[in-house]
Amino acid sequence: MQINFEHNQSAHCESGTASNLLRFHGLILSEPMIFGIGSGLFFGHFPFLKVNGIPGTTYRIFPGLIFSRTCKQLGIKMKEQTFRSETKAMEELDRILEKGMPVGLLTSVYYLPYLPAALRFHFNAHNIVVYGKKDGKYLVSDPVMETVTEIAPEDLQRARFAKGALAPNGKMYYPIFVPKEINLKRSIVAGIRRTAVDMTAIPVPLIGVRGIRFLAKKIAGYPKKLSERKSSLYLGNIVRMQEEIGTGGAGFRFIYAAFLQESSSILKQDWLMDISKEVTETGDKWRDFAYDAARICKDRATSGESYEKLSSMMLDCADREENIFTKLKKITL
Amino acid sequence: MEKDKVPQQDSNILEGKVKMLKYAVDENGNYTKVPSVGWEPETIVLSLAWDEIHEKIDAVRKRVLANEISPIAYFMEKEMLDIPLLSQYVGYFSFQVKRHLKPSIFKKLSRKQLEKYAKAFQITKEQLLDISLDNK
Repeated sequence: MQINFEHNQSAHCESGTASNLLRFHGLILSEPMIFGIGSGLFFGHFPFLKVNGIPGTTYRIFPGLIFSRTCKQLGIKMKEQTFRSETKAMEELDRILEKGMPVGLLTSVYYLPYLPAALRFHFNAHNIVVYGKKDGKYLVSDPVMETVTEIAPEDLQRARFAKGALAPNGKMYYPIFVPKEINLKRSIVAGIRRTAVDMTAIPVPLIGVRGIRFLAKKIAGYPKKLSERKSSLYLGNIVRMQEEIGTGGAGFRFIYAAFLQESSSILKQDWLMDISKEVTETGDKWRDFAYDAARICKDRATSGESYEKLSSMMLDCADREENIFTKLKKITL
Repeated sequence: MEKDKVPQQDSNILEGKVKMLKYAVDENGNYTKVPSVGWEPETIVLSLAWDEIHEKIDAVRKRVLANEISPIAYFMEKEMLDIPLLSQYVGYFSFQVKRHLKPSIFKKLSRKQLEKYAKAFQITKEQLLDISLDNK
């Protein structure tokens, strides 16, 4: 059994899955549009949340929120289920597929055999769509892959029931109500405002522009505080999160610029086009940071000077983003 | 980032299986999607992360071969698991898993217990008992 499902590759798994699933239900929204309406852009550095002893950094909002915010804004109703029993989870998946509906699944990247080994870390919040079953294998539309692929039931089951942080517990979801008419303009404005608040107005020093400055200061102190090896591991992780699965080397800044560009013509507000350009420029600055940081990691350079330079590059990004989102906060219909 | 500046530096780290999709601006300043085979800084930090993991695996392997620690430790490192995570997969308490890391106690594990570990590591019981069979 196979559902006629259109697969489009995307830069980010969550917004891509949402875009592909909603298109099946007749709502055509681009990936950047969903990323923007769902307020996907973010920054956070959490020194106390360590993975393998390395502090966590994120350039986008927490997993699952892009999707739930988009649905809320657009009035889409989703059915979401998690399971205790692995067998029941697979039966329920089959039952919905039998009805002719593609299903979104939360999986661990580590247990998806079709991905290249180098990308398979224990990351439990990867989104894929399963759109049918053929010769005992599930047909998969994984938004980071160029084309559709397939997976054996036992592998899928394992990936759906990976354990640890953000354990998916077999989570599956599909739209049960998609409105014919949506208020796109209002949703865009609400999405932008929320990102502007996330980035500039949350009084927690680890988040948004303040988070970027916080991390910049930490980086300047790495060579003094950490061993040579630790410094480059910490720094490498910051860059890795920035680059994580197809973000154009700019921690999702380019997707956001694409969103602002699209919004500019939908809302007929030309100034958003200028802001989009500014976001692109900032994205390029983040890329420069990634480039220099990766060099330092590779050479295991420990001179305080190079870390100082990285720190000031990041502070520059913070200033730019503060400026951008202070302007965007004032957006109206 | 301009369309023609989207990096295309293939390092084969992705085994040619995936091209990443990047958003970049075209000549007219409009955003489009451009596939990329890779970017050097990306590759550097990714390989750095893997080098670290491989070094750890090698270190544990040596300790297992010297009979300082049980093979569970080796496969745990290889599967990038830690004690709390592994204990969830096998259904034992952390302190039990910790005990099973001792070679003397590992020797006494029942077949059923070994099979639980083997299943968690996606290997056979024989592989678990003899890590020299594992040459990856």
